[in-house]
Amino acid sequence: MKYVIIGNSAAAIGCISGIRTIDGESSITLISDEPHFTYSRPLISYWLKGKVTDDKMYYRSIDFYEKNNCTALLGKKAEKIDTNAKKVVLEDGSTVEYDKLLVATGSSPFVPPVEGLSNANNAFTFLNWDSAKAVKEAANKDSKVVIMGAGLIGLKAAEGLHEVCDDITVVDLADRVLPSILDAEGAGMVQKHIEKEGIKFLLNDAASAVKGNTIVLKSGKELAYDVLIVAVGVRPNTGLVKDAGGEVNRGIVTDSRQATSLHDVYSAGDCTESLDICTGQSKILALLPNAYFQGETAGINMAGGNQTYDTAMPMNAIGFFGLHMLTAGAMEGECFEEIDENNYKRMFFSDGLLKGFILIGEIDRAGIYTSLIREKTPMDQIDSNLLKVNPQLMVFDKKARMQKLAGGK
Amino acid sequence: MGINYFTPQYEVCRDPKKCIKCKVCMRQCANEVHSYDEELDMMVADDSKCVDCQRCVSLCPTRALRITKYQNEFKENANWTQQHITEIYKQANTGGVLLSSMGNPVPYPIYWDKLLINASQVTNPSIDPLREPMETRVQLGSKPQKLEFDEDGKLKTKIAPHLDLQVPIMFSAMSYGSISRNAHESLARAAEELGTYYNTGEGGLNEDFYQYGKNTIVQVASGRFGVHVGYLSAGAAIEIKMGQGAKPGIGGHLPGEKVGEDVSKTRMIPVGSDAISPAPHHDIYSIEDLRQLVFSLKEATAYTKPVIVKIAAVHNVAAIASGIARSGADIIAIDGYRGGTGAAPTRIRDNVGIPIELALASVDQRLRDEGIRNNVSLVVAGSIRNSGDIVKAIALGADAVYIGTSALIALGCHVCRSCHGGKCNWGIATQRPDLVKRLNPDIGYKRLINLVHAWDHEIKEMLGGMGINAIESLKGNRLMLRGIGLSQKELDILGVMHAGE
Amino acid sequence: MGCHLCEYYCAFAHSGKIDMVKAFSGDSKPQPRLTIEEGDSINFAVSCRHCETPLCVKSCITGAMQKDEDGRVFVDESRCVGCYTCILVCPYGSVIPGKEKAIKKCDLCIESGKPACAENCPNLAIVYEERG
Repeated sequence: MKYVIIGNSAAAIGCISGIRTIDGESSITLISDEPHFTYSRPLISYWLKGKVTDDKMYYRSIDFYEKNNCTALLGKKAEKIDTNAKKVVLEDGSTVEYDKLLVATGSSPFVPPVEGLSNANNAFTFLNWDSAKAVKEAANKDSKVVIMGAGLIGLKAAEGLHEVCDDITVVDLADRVLPSILDAEGAGMVQKHIEKEGIKFLLNDAASAVKGNTIVLKSGKELAYDVLIVAVGVRPNTGLVKDAGGEVNRGIVTDSRQATSLHDVYSAGDCTESLDICTGQSKILALLPNAYFQGETAGINMAGGNQTYDTAMPMNAIGFFGLHMLTAGAMEGECFEEIDENNYKRMFFSDGLLKGFILIGEIDRAGIYTSLIREKTPMDQIDSNLLKVNPQLMVFDKKARMQKLAGGK
Repeated sequence: MGINYFTPQYEVCRDPKKCIKCKVCMRQCANEVHSYDEELDMMVADDSKCVDCQRCVSLCPTRALRITKYQNEFKENANWTQQHITEIYKQANTGGVLLSSMGNPVPYPIYWDKLLINASQVTNPSIDPLREPMETRVQLGSKPQKLEFDEDGKLKTKIAPHLDLQVPIMFSAMSYGSISRNAHESLARAAEELGTYYNTGEGGLNEDFYQYGKNTIVQVASGRFGVHVGYLSAGAAIEIKMGQGAKPGIGGHLPGEKVGEDVSKTRMIPVGSDAISPAPHHDIYSIEDLRQLVFSLKEATAYTKPVIVKIAAVHNVAAIASGIARSGADIIAIDGYRGGTGAAPTRIRDNVGIPIELALASVDQRLRDEGIRNNVSLVVAGSIRNSGDIVKAIALGADAVYIGTSALIALGCHVCRSCHGGKCNWGIATQRPDLVKRLNPDIGYKRLINLVHAWDHEIKEMLGGMGINAIESLKGNRLMLRGIGLSQKELDILGVMHAGE
Repeated sequence: MGCHLCEYYCAFAHSGKIDMVKAFSGDSKPQPRLTIEEGDSINFAVSCRHCETPLCVKSCITGAMQKDEDGRVFVDESRCVGCYTCILVCPYGSVIPGKEKAIKKCDLCIESGKPACAENCPNLAIVYEERG
C-alpha cells in the first residue's frame, strides 16, 4: 500500500498516526510546499515575540518521519492529482504514485481587492512561519504597524509584535474584535484588555486604498504605516480536488469518514468542510484539533479501518496578554450569563442541551462543558443548576460519576 | 447561667513552624475545634470543644499537632477531685443526668493484670505451634452428657444446634444505630472471612446485611425492635439481651432524630419516633418466663439455631446463670462492667456491675458444681484487650469471648468516650453520612482480620508454651493460672492459687 | 472524605522539596495537579484519567501533550505555550492552568513511581490501578 499525504500540519500528522494504528509497514510519502519539518502554525505569534524558540516550533519530535517510515518531500508543491493514473504531479514535473491519498492543503491568506494593496510596500500576511519571519525582519521598535483584521490571526499578530513594536493599530470592518468567536460584550472586554497594553483599534472601518506607505480608510481617515499585516481571513486551498473533478463547496466536501467524492482520495483540515454538531450545518472549521481528528480519521480509513468523525464543532482556546478565553459550540439559544469585571461566562442552551459557551478569564475545567456539548447530554439528566455555577463532574448522578471515574465500579 | 465554670479538658498544641495551613484538621473535626483565621493567616483552635479523639493528630501531614491535658489544676484534693467538682458544676448547670460512653474508665482492679499464665519446663514439654498442629476452633452450644451409638456405630444422640468458630473470638453486639453502617459492614465481612460471628445488637438487621447471615447473631432485646421471623431465621444464632455490662438494669433510648428512613425500616418503627428499650423485658419476670421466650424463639426457627442469653455481670450472677442454664438456652454470654456502650448514664457505667473475671470464675464454678456446665457454653465480654486476656478467660472457664471495644479500636477508635455525641470523627459511632464515609469497610474489615489473626497466633504460642495443643484443653484449666497481689478471698473466687504456690 | 490531603501531597510531590513544611513555606505555594469536588457529604478528587484516546494529546497545538509507551499522558512543559486547548477539550476537567505559562496535570508521580495522592489517601478513596 502506498500512502501519499499532501500537507504537513496537524491533519497530515493526524493521518500518519491514524494509518500507523492499523498499518505499521507500508510507506507513507508526505508532500509539502513548505521547506520545514512539521511545525505548529499557531505558534508563529509566540515565535515572533520570542516566547518560542526555533527548536520548539516543531509539532512532533524530530525523528517523527523516520519513526513512522515516512518520506517527506519538503519544499515541493503538488500541482495536480491524476485520479486515473492515481498519482500526484509535482511542480517540477515529477510524479508520486498513490494507492490512498490525503489532501490536507490547508488554507491561504485572503488578500482583499483593495486598491494598491497587492503591491503595497512592506505588506505581509501572517499565516505560516515564513510570513512570520518576513514580518520579524521588517519590524523594529519604531515601526508603525497596521494590522488589517481583528480576528484570531490579526490579534495574535498584534500580541506577537507588541514585544517588538510600540505603535500598533488594528483595523476591522466589524464592530468588534474576534467577531467569529465572541459576542459583542465579550469582545468589548477583550478589546479593553488589549487596549490597556497600548494597542489601538479602529473598528467599523476598513482600508479602501493603499497609497505609498499610507492606508486610506473608508471613513476617510489616513493611516501611515511601516509594516502592514493583512489578516482579514483565509481561503481553503481546494484547487487540487476541484481540478480533479471532486466535489467542493466553500471547502472540500467529505463524508464522515473523510473521503472526498474522488476515489481513494481523502481530505482533512482547513481545506475541508465539517458538519458542525451544534447547528447541523456544513462549514469550514479551521481549527487545529479539528484538523488532527479529521486527519486521524482519514488515516485509519485509508489503512482499511472504519472510523467516523462526527463530533466537530467550533471551539477556540486563545489568550491575549494573559487574558484567556475558551469558547465552543453555537452562540444561540437561551442564554445564562455571569459577568463581572474580570470574568465573563455565557452558556447557551436549546432543545434541552448545552449548545455553546464563552468563558473569558475564569476558564478552569471548561472541557466538562465541551464534553456535554460533544456528547449531547440532555440537561435533565444532570444537575444543570450546579453546572451553571462551575464546570464539575458533580453534576452527574452517582452512577454516571462512577462510570467516568471508577470504571463503573 | 452566669459564670462559666468550665475549663477545657484538653489543649490543642500546634507547632506553627510545622503547620502548613492545609486545613485537614479543620475539615476533619466534626467538633469544629480548628478554624482558619484569615487575619492572622494561621490555624487556631477552640480547646473547649476538643474531645481528644486524635483524628486531627493522625491526619496532620506534618505532625504539627499534639493534644495534651489542659494544664489547669483545681486545688489538690484526694477526695474532691477536679472531675467530681466539674461534674457537679455540669449538673448544677443543666439539672440533667450525666451521659458518657464506652466502658467504665474508673481505676478499679483489673484482674486480668493480676493473673499470670503458666509455661512448661522440662516435664510436659512445650509445643511449637509453627511445627505442630494447634487447635483454636471452638463449638458453642449445649453439649450432650454422653454419646450413644447404634449397632452400626452411627451416632444416635441428637446434637443440639451450635456455632462453629474458627477462633475463640466473636464480635459483640453493637447495633446499627449505635455504630455506623460502614462499621457494621466491616464487622460482618471480617466475621465471614474469619469464620466467626458478629452480632446485630438490638437494632434489627438491615436487608443489605442478610448476605452475611451465616456469620450473624441476631439479637432480641427488650424493645424487640426489628424482630420478625425473617430476622430470626437470617442469623446463625439468636441472642436474648437481658442486660449489658456498661449499664446493667438500664434500658436504652435512641432519640427520634436518629431514626431516619433506614433505621426506621430496620427497627420497624415510624421515622422520627424515639426508640425506647425498656429496662426489663416486660414479659420476663422469672426464669420460667425466660424459658418461654427461649423456646418461642426456638420454635420460630424450628430448633435449628442455638439461643444465647446475654446478661450483665452483677452480684448474684452465678445463681442467675444457673437459672439460665436450665432455661433451655444454649449459650450464656456475660458482660462485665467494663464493657462498652454507645451511651450510658455516667453513674451507672461507673458504679454498677462487677468485673467479668470474678463473674466468669464464679459462674463456671457454680455450673460445674451443679453438674450443668455442659448444658451451656460460656461467652464472656467486657473489656478483652489482648490475647492474654483471652487465654486467661478460657482458663477461668469461658468457651469464647466477645470483643467490642477492641474491634472498634482496630477500626480506628481512640476511646475518647464521646460516642453519645454522635459526631464520631472516625466514622464509627455516628450516622452522619459525611463522617460514616471516613471508615472505608475495605480497610476496616482487613484490619479486623489482621487483629484476630494476630491474636490467634499469640493464643497458639501461649497454648504451646503450656504444652497444650487445643484450646478445648485449656478451658477451665485454672491450674494454668496464678494470681499476683490478690487477697485470699479474690483467689478463692477466681479459683486460682497465688503465684509461687 | 474531603480531607484534601491528596491535594497537599500532590503539590508536595511536585515541589521538588524533600520536606513538606519546606515545600509550603514561602510565598509561592506549590500547586496540586488534581481537583477536589465537594457536595453534600460527597467528595471526590479528579485527576487525569490518562485516557486511552486522549483528546488533550490530539488537540494540543504544539505537540507538548503526549502519551508515552506506558500509556501515561504527560506534558512537555518546555513546549507548552499555555493556549489552554487541552483545558477546553478535557472531559474531566483534569488539566489545570499553571501559575507560570505551562499547564499542570497529573504525571502519575513518574519519578517516584507511586502517585502521591493514592499513596497518602487515608481512606483508599484514591487507588492507582491499571484498567484495560
